[in-house]
Amino acid sequence: MPWSKIKADSNEPDFYTESNNTGRRITYPESVREGLRQALDFDDRVFIMGQGVDDPGGMFGTTRGLKEEFGEKRVFDTPLAETALTGIAVGAALGDVRPVYFHNRPDFLLLAMDQLVNHASKWYFMFGGAVNVPLVLWACIGRGWGSAAQHSQALQGLFFHVPGLKLIMPCTCFDAKGLMLAAIKDNNPVLIMDHRFNFKQKGIVPEHMYTIPIGKGIIRRSGKDVTVVAVSHLVTDAFYAAEELAKQGLEVELIDPRTLRPLDEALILESVSKTGRLVIADTGWKTGGVTAEIAAVVAEKGFSFLKAPVARVASPDVPTPAGYTLEEAFYIDKEHIKNAILKTMNFKG
Amino acid sequence: MHGITEKKKINIFYDMLRIRRVQEHIESLYLKDEMKTPVHLYTGQEAIAVGICSVLRNDDYVSSNHRGHGHYLAKGGNLKALIAELHCKKGGCSKGFGGSMHLVDTSVGHMGSSSIVGGGIPIGTGLALSIQMKDSRQVSVVFFGDGAADEGVLYESFNFAMLKKLPVIYVLENNQWSVCSHISARQPDENIFHRASQDLLLTQKIDGNNVIKVYGAALKAVEHARQGYGPSFIECETYRVMGHAGCKNQDSKEYRDQKIVEAWGKKCPVKHFQNLLFKENILATEDLADMEKQIAREIDDAFAFARKSPLPSHEDLYGNLYCE
Repeated sequence: MPWSKIKADSNEPDFYTESNNTGRRITYPESVREGLRQALDFDDRVFIMGQGVDDPGGMFGTTRGLKEEFGEKRVFDTPLAETALTGIAVGAALGDVRPVYFHNRPDFLLLAMDQLVNHASKWYFMFGGAVNVPLVLWACIGRGWGSAAQHSQALQGLFFHVPGLKLIMPCTCFDAKGLMLAAIKDNNPVLIMDHRFNFKQKGIVPEHMYTIPIGKGIIRRSGKDVTVVAVSHLVTDAFYAAEELAKQGLEVELIDPRTLRPLDEALILESVSKTGRLVIADTGWKTGGVTAEIAAVVAEKGFSFLKAPVARVASPDVPTPAGYTLEEAFYIDKEHIKNAILKTMNFKG
Repeated sequence: MHGITEKKKINIFYDMLRIRRVQEHIESLYLKDEMKTPVHLYTGQEAIAVGICSVLRNDDYVSSNHRGHGHYLAKGGNLKALIAELHCKKGGCSKGFGGSMHLVDTSVGHMGSSSIVGGGIPIGTGLALSIQMKDSRQVSVVFFGDGAADEGVLYESFNFAMLKKLPVIYVLENNQWSVCSHISARQPDENIFHRASQDLLLTQKIDGNNVIKVYGAALKAVEHARQGYGPSFIECETYRVMGHAGCKNQDSKEYRDQKIVEAWGKKCPVKHFQNLLFKENILATEDLADMEKQIAREIDDAFAFARKSPLPSHEDLYGNLYCE
């Protein structure tokens, strides 16, 4: 099944963003590209590297035309050597330039773990603040079309574990640009974990440069009955689930954390203190992953708020299969989130 | 001899002697347990760090490893901050967060040392990329051992440095030992980088215990880098006369032939250079005595500073996670 049929191009749902409809409606890759273009234009130290950033496709469109505009010194292809190239990006950052290193899939980040976890994330701490690593890494989770076990992993749980690394998972066109610019401006290593499903969307994006604070989540929809924390493109699924349930008189409060590390715990706890019920939805594996951590935070700091057990919607603990019937069994969507919300609502203690 | 002035020779000798005395002093006090960090002493390899760094500018970069005291001092790193770091004190170069294996002094281009074997190699390569992007005519030197030459990241880094003609100098300190594993158990006779094209990677293999040879090789490599010709690789043959970590008497005698260790001990780079300077009448016995006195005073001051420096508090633990 070609990519275009896996998820149709569509407008973003009408949920809350800060754009206030003051921009134009553009595609998600156009939004990322606009942020990168403005950063390259604004600061001579910024450069983009990665396999295929200068090819005609331009990393799903995000880097298209940037080499032509800014030259091959600032937008360049790299050898297939993720360990060294990540270290090279770290070194360049130490030398006061600002790399943005693109990986088309997070699966390949595993080859970069030594430099990412042992070096980039620790350099500031380990030297008592004497040096810092302003580095942006970007990777985009694949899904569907038989991408299988090594081309579609949602590995945010692994990176979520690492102190010193900031981890962002955007889901709107507005956030894709604003968080990219915030990551480039940040003086620490920041990993942006995007998702191919986001790339099918169009949304309202202002033309000017703006940043979104890293570490702050946002309420996409207000409600009093149950809190849903959803990550990446599942925010969209959760929003549609909430709209359907609203017709049955159930008001869901939907939180998009936007940043996983540092996590906006206060926003989640505040919401749960009001609703008493929590559903967490993440594209990654269940065990030891993002849903496990957020559930633990609420169990630890908001236990008295809870009227029902926390419900988790996450990928099953098996690798991604290729076949489309198996994919159907593997992936979670709106219905899974809806069922989890209903189960939480129907809990009788 | 490569046109080195007498003054330069004296400075080089002083720096080598100073590193040796600092290492000996650390070793003599190590078992008192005031320095609670695993030290990997640089004794016996002084000619390499000093020979290389003596041709560098203050703003040139060095990337270093777990056996890094020599690189730090040769590049001009602050001695008091080093000794305080070994005591894990707030006055240390890494404020007590790094210990012996994580030294830094950005004021002299030392951007931090990694204790993951080979970890500093791509970072030094990336510093060279930043130089090229800034067009700042600096060079980036990466010190690493034969253990790091086992790692694949070295070859990935060479490839990128050659591709982009980066101003980076890879300095392999082949001391033959990775903990208790001899190089013969880990690598064939000659590494593949000795077969790299000289156009792409200027390659030199030298006696790493002869500081004049190291100086000459470094001069050539630095000139090559500053002219924009690209990376170079210098293999310095030496020997780890000490154990892997800690004091000499903590090292097992069983994994290697002690006669070989003793023979290498006699090829001491400091003694060798000292004798040469005596022979050339550049150094007199009184000069040496003055140097020893000056170094001893500096070492005493550094240890006094370290002892007086406060320990980091429990609250400090969370202070250095993110940079503002």
